[in-house]
Amino acid sequence: MANKFIHAIYDDDDKLLDAIKFLKKEGVAIEDVFTPFPVHGLDHLLELKPTRLAITAFLYGCIGLTFGLLMINYIMIVDWPQNIGGKPSFSLMENLPAFVPVIFELTVFFTAHLMVITFYLRSSLWPFKKAENPIPETTDDKFLVQIPVSGNEKEIKSKIKKTDILKIDVVEIKE
Amino acid sequence: MGSHYEAPIRKPLITGNKTYHQISVDVARPIEGAANKQWWIVFSISLVLFMWGIGCIIYTISTGIGVWGLNKTVGWAWDITNFVWWVGIGHAGTLISAVLLLFRQKWRMGINRSAEAMTIFSVIQAGLFPLIHMGRPWLAYWIVPIPNTFGSLWVNFNSPLLWDVFAISTYLTVSLVFWWTGLLPDFAMIRDRAVKPFQKKIYSLVSFGWSGRAKDWQRFEEVSLVLAGLATPLVLSVHTIVSFDFATSVIPGWHTTIFPPYFVAGAIFSGFAMVNTLLIVMRKVCNLEDYITLQHIELMNIVIMITGSIVGCAYITELFIAWYSGVEYEQYAFLNRATGPYWWAYWAMMTCNVFSPQFMWFKKLRTSIVFSFVISIVVNIGMWFERFVIIVTSLHRDYLPSSWTMFSPSFVDIGIFLGTIGFFFVLFLLYARTFPVIAQAEVKTILKSSGDNYKKLRDKNGK
Repeated sequence: MANKFIHAIYDDDDKLLDAIKFLKKEGVAIEDVFTPFPVHGLDHLLELKPTRLAITAFLYGCIGLTFGLLMINYIMIVDWPQNIGGKPSFSLMENLPAFVPVIFELTVFFTAHLMVITFYLRSSLWPFKKAENPIPETTDDKFLVQIPVSGNEKEIKSKIKKTDILKIDVVEIKE
Repeated sequence: MGSHYEAPIRKPLITGNKTYHQISVDVARPIEGAANKQWWIVFSISLVLFMWGIGCIIYTISTGIGVWGLNKTVGWAWDITNFVWWVGIGHAGTLISAVLLLFRQKWRMGINRSAEAMTIFSVIQAGLFPLIHMGRPWLAYWIVPIPNTFGSLWVNFNSPLLWDVFAISTYLTVSLVFWWTGLLPDFAMIRDRAVKPFQKKIYSLVSFGWSGRAKDWQRFEEVSLVLAGLATPLVLSVHTIVSFDFATSVIPGWHTTIFPPYFVAGAIFSGFAMVNTLLIVMRKVCNLEDYITLQHIELMNIVIMITGSIVGCAYITELFIAWYSGVEYEQYAFLNRATGPYWWAYWAMMTCNVFSPQFMWFKKLRTSIVFSFVISIVVNIGMWFERFVIIVTSLHRDYLPSSWTMFSPSFVDIGIFLGTIGFFFVLFLLYARTFPVIAQAEVKTILKSSGDNYKKLRDKNGK
């Protein structure tokens, strides 16, 4: 399937936001926006759903906490209880204060790493992954709006020209 | 322009009339250009020190820990002093990038990348000391709770030394991931600018194909915020646990409940001092004075002044509590610190850590670059002495007067310490030539609110 896109390129984040507001009002469907830095308010304008990564982080934290508790309970209480300096080594609850540091660290370890791995997978970020920004300048100082076209190219172009645009490219991407 | 408003009273954090493109150019310059002569000189010295350190480590491992200056009474000295010193230095990076992010402090953006690099490199140095102190570092995996061939022999989860294993390894890996995630957009910027094919390949690899989609940025910001929220208690827990190595023992001078907050404040203190040492040089060498401004240095000096005062309070509290406790062993430990054979170390610590930061009350001094640099070195020396004083003076007069002794380092002790300094600078200098040393994507977000050109424009337009 060959896809045709209009790439509207802006050179300023405020111009970009104004243009997106305008294009939205005109009913132009925006597929994606590439920016060199996080532009405040862009996700609301594009009506992106809030990310659920923080929720996954909470769940991963619960997994880390449970893992830490179960591991220490097995090692220190079940498998080989020892009398260490007279500490109550035969009951998890009574010996829990001494186990808090490791359980805390494991909770943080699981949360941070699993969340970041989830982020990398969801956003397709890994070594040898090919970058997908259409023009290299979008990591420098250009802001690119990608608009799919199907026969209404002229109409969309005329609408885009009403915004404070730097450049319009029309590209076909073969998939 | 309205959404970028910032109170005119706030000083600009980016000077020199920058545009977005100019920021990219400035950040990429040290990577794309060739190293100058000073870089090679400092790098060579660091490399020689590092090699000397490796030699001393090989000598230690092949002969045994006996080549150090340790004796029966003082069984812990420079090794653990250096360990705590390096871990402490490693605290500023996370503090700057995580705590200042939670408090929405914009001035963190010019310095967080290098501070985090410093964190990772210094935690690596710290980790070396327990490793070589094991004597047989190839058995280091024994500290990990794994089923083994010795029956049901597990590590002891009651021991602060094991807590340390978990704390330091979590801290190192989480800091690394936090750092690298923040680096992705900046590596991508370098990748998209690169003209040499090899450079392009390397930066494509390390930027993980970052494309800067709106959705990616949304996730990126959420991940940064959650990581900052995690790293904040983490950084506090790490030095708390390091202090437990001492505080849970029964040695007078170590057995105190004030240790966790006192160690954490000391860690921040020494870490900010090291950040100042590194950045004052780096901003000059890499021409980054427009991003790491005098304002940044002044703010760091204020943090040094405050944490130095907290540390000073802790020293005085320790003395008071030793007297107030009525425990004569405790009283002797502190009297001996201040007036015993190691009095010079104690007073070096007091001078460097308590008196010297007080100069920062004067605006003239804390905005002087030369003075800031000198104080940052003084504080680093002082914080090394603090750990030495806590560790050695508490041990060298133990419960049995017949075993009272002194500690003197052997050339191997000194060599390994200098070696870690060399290793640290080798890593940092390589970093300064290959990594985007300013978090340029973040800096671009504050250009319109905190750039001097935009501030002037707002003043002129009156809004």
